[in-house]
Amino acid sequence: MRRRRDYEALSFGVAIGVLSAVAIAFLIAPTLILLLTSFTDSESLKFPPSGYSFRWYAALLEADQLLATAWNSLVVACWTTVASVVLGVTAALGIGRSRSPWAKAADALFMSPLLLPALAFGFGALIFFNMIGLVQSIAGLTLGHVVVCVPFVLRNSIAALSQLDPAMLEASESLGASRFYTFRRVTLPLIAPGVGAGAFIAFMSSFDNIPVSLFVADARTQMLPIYLWEIIETNLDVRTAAASGVIVVATLVLMILAERFAGLTKQLR
Amino acid sequence: MAARAAAGGREWRLALPLAAFFLAFFVAPLGVLVAWSFYDSAELRALTLAQYARFLGDRFTLGILWDTLTLGAKATLVCLVFGYPLAWLALRLPPRWQAALVFLVILPILTSVVVRTFAWIVMLGSQGVINQALAAIGLVDRPLRLLYTEVGVVMVLAQVQMPLMVLPIMATLARVDPNLSDASSSLGAGAWRTFWKVTVPLSLPGVVAGCILVYAACVTAFVTQTLIGGARLIYMPLYIYQQATGANNWPFAAAMSVVFMIAVLAVVYLLNLVGRAARGAYA
Repeated sequence: MRRRRDYEALSFGVAIGVLSAVAIAFLIAPTLILLLTSFTDSESLKFPPSGYSFRWYAALLEADQLLATAWNSLVVACWTTVASVVLGVTAALGIGRSRSPWAKAADALFMSPLLLPALAFGFGALIFFNMIGLVQSIAGLTLGHVVVCVPFVLRNSIAALSQLDPAMLEASESLGASRFYTFRRVTLPLIAPGVGAGAFIAFMSSFDNIPVSLFVADARTQMLPIYLWEIIETNLDVRTAAASGVIVVATLVLMILAERFAGLTKQLR
Repeated sequence: MAARAAAGGREWRLALPLAAFFLAFFVAPLGVLVAWSFYDSAELRALTLAQYARFLGDRFTLGILWDTLTLGAKATLVCLVFGYPLAWLALRLPPRWQAALVFLVILPILTSVVVRTFAWIVMLGSQGVINQALAAIGLVDRPLRLLYTEVGVVMVLAQVQMPLMVLPIMATLARVDPNLSDASSSLGAGAWRTFWKVTVPLSLPGVVAGCILVYAACVTAFVTQTLIGGARLIYMPLYIYQQATGANNWPFAAAMSVVFMIAVLAVVYLLNLVGRAARGAYA
C-alpha cells in the first residue's frame, strides 16, 4: 500500500513537472531566440547567428515607412486606451454591482467581441465605415479598436469593484460626502490598479490588433503589425527581427512598470 | 441610506454611453454584414440566399470551414494539456515565484502576435533550432517539415494563446479549498486519484472559460495561420480576407463571415453547456 502510493506520488510529480517544464520552455524560447537573432551581423535569420552586431537596429532608424506605421499604431493605441477607459469604467460602475438580468445581458454584449471571430467584425466594420465615410481614417481605426479593447478594461474594472467594501462608500456618504466626491476620493483610488491593468492590456492589444486594422487601414493609415506581416510574408528581412526586438523590449519595460504601479500579475490572477 | 438606495437604482444609466457606442459601432457593423450576405452582388442588391447556397454547396469552402474549426480544437487541446499542469504548479509555488511565473505567462500575450509568430518561423525552419536539436540528439536524420504544416500551426497557436488558458484555470484553482485534496489523500486516495476526482472537477469552470477564450482566439488568428500555414493551408480568416479584398466579392465574403461566426458561437455555446453541467454536478 505504502509503496503504491509513493509510486503514484512520484509519477504524478514527474508528469506535472515535465509538462510544466515543456510549457515554460515553450513560452520563453521563441522570444529569446528572436532577440538573439536580431543582433546577427549577417543577412540571414540563422540561429545561432555567426556574429553579433547592432547593424539591423541602426538600419531601423532609416526605415521611414516602418517608423510611420509605428507612429500610426501608437496614436491609435493611445486614443483607443483613453476611450476604452472612459467608456469601460463608467459602464463598470453602472453594471458591476447590479444583479438584474439587464445588467447581465449588457455585460454579455460588452464582452462578446472577445468571443466572436474578430475578423468577421473587422470586415463588417469595413462595409459600415465605407457607408458612413469613415473608412481609412485614424478615427475609424480607433472606433473599431475600442470595440475589441473595451472588454479588457470592463472586465478588470468590474473585478476591482467587486473587491470594494461597500461599507467604505457608506462611511464616506454618511460623513456628508457627495456621490461624486465619494467616487473621486474613495472608489477611484481603490479600483485604480484594476483599471490600470485593464488599460494596459487594452493598449497592448490595440497596438497589436490585426483583424480590424487589416480591413479598415489603407496605405496612408498603415499600422505596424500589418506592415510587419506584409514584410514577413514577402521577404524575410532581418530588419523585421530588429523591429520585433524593439517591440519585445518595449513591452517588457511597460510590463515591469505596470507590475510596479498596478500590480499587474496580481490583477490578472 | 434611503437616498443611496434610490440613487443606486439609477446606477445602470452609467452603462448607457458604452451601450450606445456598441449599438453604433459593433451591432450596426454586424447588422450591415448580415445584410450584405443576402445581396446578389455588390451592384445588384436584390435579396437572395444565393451566397449561402454557394457556400453550403461547395465542398472546397465547407472543407476550409471544417479545417478551421478542427484546427481550433486541436490547438485548444494542446494548450490544455500543457497549460493545466502549469497553472496547477504555479499555485503551489511560493508567492515570489508565483508572481514570476505569471509574469512569464503573460509576457507572450502582450508581445505582438506578429513578433511571436515570426520568432517561430526562425525556429521551425529546416535549419531552425528545433530541427538542429532533434538532429543533435539523433532523433531524426533528415530535417522535419514543420513550417507550412498543420502540426506547425497547431504548435504555434498553442504557444501564442497559452496565457488565455493558464490564467482562468489559475483563478479557479486558487478558489479550491486545499483541505479537500488533503481530505482525499488522508482517506487513502493516491495523487492521481485525488487529481482526477477532486482537483479537476472543481476547476472545470476555469478549464471551460480557458478553452472558450483559446478556441475563439485560435480560429480567428489570421497572422499565425497565414505565416506558419503558408499559401497551401487555407483557413477561414484568410479565405474571407481574399474574397473581401482580392476578389472584391463582398456579398460572398459577408456570407462566409456570418456562417463562420455562427459556427464559432455554436462551439462556444456547447463548451458553455459543458461548463454549466459541470458546475451543476459538483456544486
